[in-house]
Amino acid sequence: MEILQDILKTLSLPEFYFAMFRSATPVLLTTLGAMIASRSGTNNIALEGTMLISAFVGVVVSAFSHSAWIGFLGAILAGFIVSNILAYFVLKLNSNAVISGIALNTLASGGTIFVLYLITGEKGASTSLPSLKLPSITIPVVKDIPVIGTILSGHHILTYAAMILVVVIWYMFRYTKLGMHIRAVGESKDAAESVGISVKRVKYIALSLSGILTGMAGAFLSMGYLGVFSSGMTAGRGYIALATQAIAAGNAVIGMFASLLFGFCASLSNYLQSSGIPLQFIQMMPYLIIVIAYTIYCGMTERNKKMRQLKAGDTK
Amino acid sequence: MEQRIILETKNITKVYPGGVVANHNVNLQIQKGEIHALVGENGAGKSTLMKTLFGMLSPTSGQILINGKEVHFSSSSDAIHAGLGMVHQHFMQVPSMTVAENLILGAEPKNGLSVDRKKAVEITEQLSKKYNLKVDAKEKVENISLAMRQKLEILKALYRGANILILDEPTAVLTPQETEELFEQLKLLRKNGHTIIFISHKLNEVKALCNRMTILRDGQTMGSYDIEDLDENEISRLMVGRDVSLDIEKEKADFGKTVFSVKDLVYVDHFGKTKVNHVSFSIREGQILGVAGIDGNGQSELVELIVGSLKQANGNIVLNGKDLSKESVLKRQEAGISHVSEDRMKYGSAPKLSLEDNAISKIYYTDQLKTRGLLDKKKIADFTKKILDGFLVKYDNSKQAISELSGGNVQKLIVGREYDYNPDLMIMNQPTRGIDVGAIEFIRKKIIDMRRRKKAILLVSADLGEILSLSDSIIVMNEGRIVGYIDDVKNTTEKELGLYMLGVKEDSKEQIGGAYCE
Repeated sequence: MEILQDILKTLSLPEFYFAMFRSATPVLLTTLGAMIASRSGTNNIALEGTMLISAFVGVVVSAFSHSAWIGFLGAILAGFIVSNILAYFVLKLNSNAVISGIALNTLASGGTIFVLYLITGEKGASTSLPSLKLPSITIPVVKDIPVIGTILSGHHILTYAAMILVVVIWYMFRYTKLGMHIRAVGESKDAAESVGISVKRVKYIALSLSGILTGMAGAFLSMGYLGVFSSGMTAGRGYIALATQAIAAGNAVIGMFASLLFGFCASLSNYLQSSGIPLQFIQMMPYLIIVIAYTIYCGMTERNKKMRQLKAGDTK
Repeated sequence: MEQRIILETKNITKVYPGGVVANHNVNLQIQKGEIHALVGENGAGKSTLMKTLFGMLSPTSGQILINGKEVHFSSSSDAIHAGLGMVHQHFMQVPSMTVAENLILGAEPKNGLSVDRKKAVEITEQLSKKYNLKVDAKEKVENISLAMRQKLEILKALYRGANILILDEPTAVLTPQETEELFEQLKLLRKNGHTIIFISHKLNEVKALCNRMTILRDGQTMGSYDIEDLDENEISRLMVGRDVSLDIEKEKADFGKTVFSVKDLVYVDHFGKTKVNHVSFSIREGQILGVAGIDGNGQSELVELIVGSLKQANGNIVLNGKDLSKESVLKRQEAGISHVSEDRMKYGSAPKLSLEDNAISKIYYTDQLKTRGLLDKKKIADFTKKILDGFLVKYDNSKQAISELSGGNVQKLIVGREYDYNPDLMIMNQPTRGIDVGAIEFIRKKIIDMRRRKKAILLVSADLGEILSLSDSIIVMNEGRIVGYIDDVKNTTEKELGLYMLGVKEDSKEQIGGAYCE
């Protein structure tokens, strides 16, 4: 059982957990974005494409502006614009959100390669562009604690930002006016309308926020550790975020744990690449696990329902 | 009383795209501090007028004046600012939020960045006390009663500074006791200087509560009257344009053998709430069993269990000695269960399909309409015509979409379809809800007609008058249980049913057991 030993060895490495947070970051940011959109009553299927476009724009802008931060702003702006295009289709032109989302995703996967080719003459990656990376942060004191220091310190700035945003968004839904309005619009549109809340405006805001968060996720992918854009680099993370969002059922904290589960699996698959299991199989694992987790989640919800039914049937 | 006009409409006309004239030169004058009834049949234009007043629709022509000054509303917020408040028939509330959160939604007290929820609860409790409208500020709306939700709706309007309140059929969801309580509260509001517009088609309520009334018919005002000057018959003549008789003449009961029974039926919804709790009853040939209860106490679920669109956790459903508990909806239908659904546009019909398609939707797959294995257009047309004519449906042509008909005509078609199926058990769920008086009269007669033809009939209705006048026996449901069984309808009153519905009164187990016999 060589593989089992490999896994156990991996799980005992602090670096493994560091990698878990790293892999979870883009999915977490996108999950939060998906959550805001979903609670306002629109399922943002376009997250995958939004993330890809943001990743691309971030690299290009940072290369031409010679500033990582301007590149980052570019990525966020791209996310904002793409989600507003979706909002325009769905809210103004009354088109179907799923179909418009798929159209944007398809546009993103082809469009980024096309523009990359126009700029660099290459179709695969932006290696020839002198793009920049956003910094990582070491936390004083914490970094010196053994094990915990290795796991928690030295992360990318956006990883910390994502963790803070979990709390911010949890707080927003619970305590702020905007959060209440988003919930009201998503749950009972007519009720919101009747008390003078502009449903369209709230939905635009929610989709914009989801675009901004996804833009951050895109920036993390291309300007985090790699510093390069490669075609199709989002690799389905935008779709995974829809699943983790569904597991979270509107709760940002549960969304974080669901994203960490993805990070855990992704990190594990990275470590096991040299273990002799076919690479493709290992790369499939994180996605499969999320699908299984979602299935189990739905199954449990269904089972709880059945249990309660049986219980009520027994007692009088 | 001060005779000041606080709200006035001048020649309001509203033509919908498509050419339907919903309001035609409507003139309405509301005096300050009165409770003014707006009565009329469904489709008379009451809702359109109210939506116009509340800024949800803009009139095609005409003026709205508040305190003598002309106003133009482009949205509900404008109307709210002008001091209007609307209590919609379908409550405009967010179920997962608390009462206090719903109250302040859209006009939140703030504490720095966040909404001041403590303040929200305080405001709710203050207002609740001031107007004697008791609500539980911290409870989630999904857990409170319909009566409390209505109080919340009124408080919401008051919180936003409304001095003119519009109530759209507020008593439809209440028991007689709750209705009485509501009237006391409304009278208190009037005493505090509020003006109330009360939309209703229950004339006894209008008489009990209101000072003056305006009658709408076919989109036009038929005049305003002091309530004392008119009796109910006159009002009803003005509303309908002819004499109607809602008094039902039915023959003496002559029951046959037991046709249908359910035993120990239990249903739990996906929130884990027991919606139907050990319900047992039976119906005999030629018997109408009424099911009374406040909306949402398990009646809908009970019907869906019998029809087969919900699955029970426990219990049996037996028709003509055959156990149907595990059968599909279609099998149950073919075994002899017909069903007039409470939601005629969602479950009773396919709104975009034609009258013909809707008329044949129960038998399209049988040989009755086929020639050499294919549907025969002539047979379909004949069959449809038979139902449309037999049930006095007003229509242009049988190929038009059913959604173009008025509610009453849709309902007549549906009842006709189910009637034609010649079932052994007919389930009528809210058969006359929201339809015009003429159609109500007709459908009630048909129900009596089925009784005469020895059918077993299960009648679910929120209209106690209907239950009392049609049923032979009555079961009353409260929170999913049968809490009362009245063997002979002559031995009860609306008041008593109200006590059962509220859960104040409950029969003994033995008595309730009387609803079921083998």
